[in-house]
Amino acid sequence: MTMTETAPTASAAIDLRAVSKAFPGRQGRVEVLRGVDFHADAGEFVSVIGPSGCGKSTLFSLIAGLAQADAGTLTLNDAPLNPDDHPVAYMPQKDLLLPWRSILRNVTLPLQVVGMPKDEARAKALELFPLFGLSGFEDAYPFQLSGGMRQRAALMRTVIQERPLMLLDEPFGALDSLTRTDMQDFLLDVWQRFRHTIIFITHDIREAIYLSDRIYVMTARPARVRMVVEVDLPRPRTLEMVPTPAFAELETRLLNTLREENRQQEQTRA
Amino acid sequence: MSESSTFSPVVGGAAEPALAAPERGAAGQRTRQVLRFLPTLLLPLAVLVVWQLYCSLADVDPTILPTPSRVISSLWDAKDIAWTHTWQTLQETLIGFAVSIAVAVGLAVAMDQVDWLRRALYPMLVGSQTIPVIAIAPLMIIWFGFGLLPKVLVIILVTFFPIVVALLDGFAATEREAMNLLKTMGASRWQTFRLVRFPGAMPYFFTGLRISATYAVIAAIFAEYVGAYTGLGIWMSQSKSAFRTDLVFGAIAVSALVSVAFFLLVALASRIVMPWYHAARERS
Repeated sequence: MTMTETAPTASAAIDLRAVSKAFPGRQGRVEVLRGVDFHADAGEFVSVIGPSGCGKSTLFSLIAGLAQADAGTLTLNDAPLNPDDHPVAYMPQKDLLLPWRSILRNVTLPLQVVGMPKDEARAKALELFPLFGLSGFEDAYPFQLSGGMRQRAALMRTVIQERPLMLLDEPFGALDSLTRTDMQDFLLDVWQRFRHTIIFITHDIREAIYLSDRIYVMTARPARVRMVVEVDLPRPRTLEMVPTPAFAELETRLLNTLREENRQQEQTRA
Repeated sequence: MSESSTFSPVVGGAAEPALAAPERGAAGQRTRQVLRFLPTLLLPLAVLVVWQLYCSLADVDPTILPTPSRVISSLWDAKDIAWTHTWQTLQETLIGFAVSIAVAVGLAVAMDQVDWLRRALYPMLVGSQTIPVIAIAPLMIIWFGFGLLPKVLVIILVTFFPIVVALLDGFAATEREAMNLLKTMGASRWQTFRLVRFPGAMPYFFTGLRISATYAVIAAIFAEYVGAYTGLGIWMSQSKSAFRTDLVFGAIAVSALVSVAFFLLVALASRIVMPWYHAARERS
């Protein structure tokens, strides 16, 4: 019922050209991003993987408008990205549900921030609850929910913002592998329905292949784009695709590249 | 076949205690709860018994140290006067504490929002805590007379500091990611404060409040002690001058009860304001 009522959100293409960013550190400036090119078409699902601490989160901060790039250009649908338009809905690894608010009021929080009338925000959120498998938990508090349910609530809070771009920063990193697999399928369902442009950060190669249209592999700090892999597995993705040769070939390529990157990082450190 | 036979005893073994456990558990829990409160009741009782025995056996002069039973009976005889004084102290404490909370919250919010204000005020606030109340309270009587104002001021001086410090800590404890999240939603600084940082500081606030609540009654009594028409403090002072040591102890007992009541009141308020916090804590 709700599936037909909710119109797909207008999604946007995002483009980064030669973006660099450094932060002041204890020993001078620390270069985090060096000349990063990145592109996601409207409605695409793009993942970013790389060694830990490589600056993926900095990339996110720039796109979300939490930080300013030192060099390079960021465009959204061919217009310079303006952080004040808040084109991005962000979902961090921690669910960050406010413990004093019911799940419903957590989900309506972003609508409250932009000044939507309370009743309208409520109605809008209540429509989403069945879709996210959280019917009956509208008035529950976050501590009463399991990890997977909390993550679904956090995702609902992200989706309800109807922003053209969704940034998911390792959203399932803290979940056990079974719940994680469920959440991946669930995320694909949601994405196929709303067709946001999704940028997804993960450490998990298999997760990246399973979810994405394209994968960016970053180098160690200062992060550059080391490799871009197109994932041309058919949609909708199913678990049966995981043991196929095409999947395995992609996995091996990505794994080898990441291992090489890790080795180089250890050598420069030594 | 062999598989099912190895599994069935495990299932049976697990089911049996699961059925029996709730009954045994409920009775056991009740006993354990009673046992848990036993020390709380027994120790004060033991102290009173020893005190009573010592006074009667050593034949102590009641103007030096009256027996607990004498304290209780004297207090009962003077219950009308006791109530007049208690009511006065209660009023002062309630008004003083309410004003103190308002002042503390205002100060903490202002200091959190305006950085130079924080740097200017923080040392002064710490300094204010080194003022000996014993020196300032009589001066307050000289400046402001025997009325309500000097009592309220002393209560504020004694109780605002723990609240301010607790609130500032609470504001500072907000996760950076949570503030970033709000920023991506388009929240202003003030919205982030109102929606996340202020409610998030409530557990800290109530910790500070619990500490302050116990000081508030003592502060009121202290302010009365140096000059007042009515109140537990001045009653103690008068009783002492009249060698009614039993009534001094009676007044102390009443003020202790009032303090405990205040403490419980704050605990109750905490449960009403933050049901989510207490429910989550009881679960873990």
